[in-house]
Amino acid sequence: MASIEINSVSKTYIGGTTAVDAVDIQIRDGEFIVLVGPSGCGKSTLLRMVAGLETISDGTVSIGGRVVNDMEPADRDIAMVFQNYALYPHMTVYENLAYGLKNRRTPKSEIEARVAEAARMLELEPYLARKPRALSGGQRQRVAMGRAIVRKPAAFLFDEPLSNLDAKLRVSMRGEIRKLQRRLGTTAIYVTHDQLEAMTLADRLVVLNGGKIEQIGTPLEVYHRPASTFVASFIGSPAMNLLKGNLDGDQLAIGPAVIAMAGAVAASGAVTVGLRAEDLRSVGANEAGLPFEVDYVEELGAHRLVHGLLGDQPLSAMLPLESEITGRMTLAVAPERLHFFDAETTRRIETPFARQQIAAPVTFAPSELV
Amino acid sequence: MYRTKFFDHLILILGAAFLIGPVVVALMTSTHEAAEIHRQGLMLTPGGHFVDTYEKVLTREGGFTGQVTGLRMIMNSLILGLGFAVGKIVLSMLAAYAIVYFRFRFATLAFWMIFTTLLLPLEVRIMPSYEVVSRLGLLNSYTGLIVPLLASATGTFFFRQYFKSVPDELLEAARIDGAGPFKFFIDVLVPLSQTMIAAVFIIMFVYGWNQYLWPVLMTTDESFYTLMRGIKQILQVWIGSQIPDYNEAFALAVLAMLPPVAIVVLFQSWFIKGLTESDK
Repeated sequence: MASIEINSVSKTYIGGTTAVDAVDIQIRDGEFIVLVGPSGCGKSTLLRMVAGLETISDGTVSIGGRVVNDMEPADRDIAMVFQNYALYPHMTVYENLAYGLKNRRTPKSEIEARVAEAARMLELEPYLARKPRALSGGQRQRVAMGRAIVRKPAAFLFDEPLSNLDAKLRVSMRGEIRKLQRRLGTTAIYVTHDQLEAMTLADRLVVLNGGKIEQIGTPLEVYHRPASTFVASFIGSPAMNLLKGNLDGDQLAIGPAVIAMAGAVAASGAVTVGLRAEDLRSVGANEAGLPFEVDYVEELGAHRLVHGLLGDQPLSAMLPLESEITGRMTLAVAPERLHFFDAETTRRIETPFARQQIAAPVTFAPSELV
Repeated sequence: MYRTKFFDHLILILGAAFLIGPVVVALMTSTHEAAEIHRQGLMLTPGGHFVDTYEKVLTREGGFTGQVTGLRMIMNSLILGLGFAVGKIVLSMLAAYAIVYFRFRFATLAFWMIFTTLLLPLEVRIMPSYEVVSRLGLLNSYTGLIVPLLASATGTFFFRQYFKSVPDELLEAARIDGAGPFKFFIDVLVPLSQTMIAAVFIIMFVYGWNQYLWPVLMTTDESFYTLMRGIKQILQVWIGSQIPDYNEAFALAVLAMLPPVAIVVLFQSWFIKGLTESDK
């Protein structure tokens, strides 16, 4: 158990490519941090630098107060779970779990006790004598996690551990990882490109893009107050609608539509307007709103996702089943639900509305999950 | 579904007969007397001298010094074959391990240098090799027989390709598990390479077992004679009106075949896996 400090860490490869660029993250003891971003954003590189599998070009990483830059992975007191499990194929499950302890010269009785405990926790007891190839994907993943648990490390590092599993198993394993981490109280860093996985697992999310941090925050903060258009379009499904708009005093023009803003936004001129699909609702044709031409409809069961055009810009709206879908519709959105981004820098422009929203988050403490 | 037809069987039977034929002829001929073979040529029917010919071949003390038995020669061949196979595997695994897993200057160059020695088989470098071994005073010794042929580009290449197919995560997991370079090699790579080791073992054992030219050059002491030399020796004995002991030569040839066949039969499932299975 330990805090992890990542201080302006960079990774530059020979040849000058910068994969990670001056990243700062302070991770508290017992916190579950998810690094999320598209492929090639440097999230895995960052994790591997914490693990000691990549050298750190610049900056420092400390785990539990010790700077670990020059330490071997084995001496950093971390355990890692890999995407393809990386189990030793010629060893039984028991041997796989015990190998790391054996190398640390842990007494035999202690090894047995710890392996037994991990096997019980992960329901692997019937499989201890099997080889990994005789296990299913989910079981292999549990063995990989068991290998991390038995070491009782200061931190767990997960490198896209669920990517190789099918969708259903992924959801249940996600829950298991979360519960396990809570129960053990071990600090965890988890890398994924799946924003849903990131949202559901994280205490705090770190959204990375091009080797730089776009935003650090709780899932709700990141969802409700995305710091840039990149975060807005990456987090949430369907992705946030981003439209070109123009602010003129208290009038917001998006294509043919004009919304009265009551002068709440401290900006004018060209802006990017963000609209969550679920914040749109359908109103009568005579009412004021956004004229919307329906292109096609995706049935999601509980909702309908309607895709179409607002003027010449694509827009998706999540509508309840009661809403009647016609070729031309009028959609409305509450002005306080709008997000604004600088058209040049793509950074968020604060509105007083958004702050109110996040001030009243869901009062559900995730620790009650246990 | 495809049903095997008469014609398919015919082709298979012909192929099998073609391959087994010479062996059967050798076995049958070896059970006749030398004089009979000299008169009538190769035999296809069993003669009555199986036991005494083979016993004689194995235990008679022959050669110029009158001390080399067939058993001794089999022993020598076995030592040569096993020494070759084991030595080559150890050496080429270590070389491949260094090339694949360690970043050092000129690693690629080192690999290609090893690889180009494929173009320089023993026959090309036989005089210099002989010179080196004789200057080291290793003529007429097992060391001199085995060591100069141990470096194996083929083996190194096989193991290099195999190690490259082992996922990197395994190395990383082992590093996090606290296994150093030596432990990783012994605990993970060697057990993983079992099938590959078996395949290389067969190839190298047969190669060593069949060596003829090198032992002929290296050994003048009859107690180091291998089977391959022994067969030749029997046919060379033209003293007066004596005819060569064809039966014994055939018997030795049949005996010489047995160990490689046994090893192939024993390891064949591993052999096929080692050469065809790319991942675990």
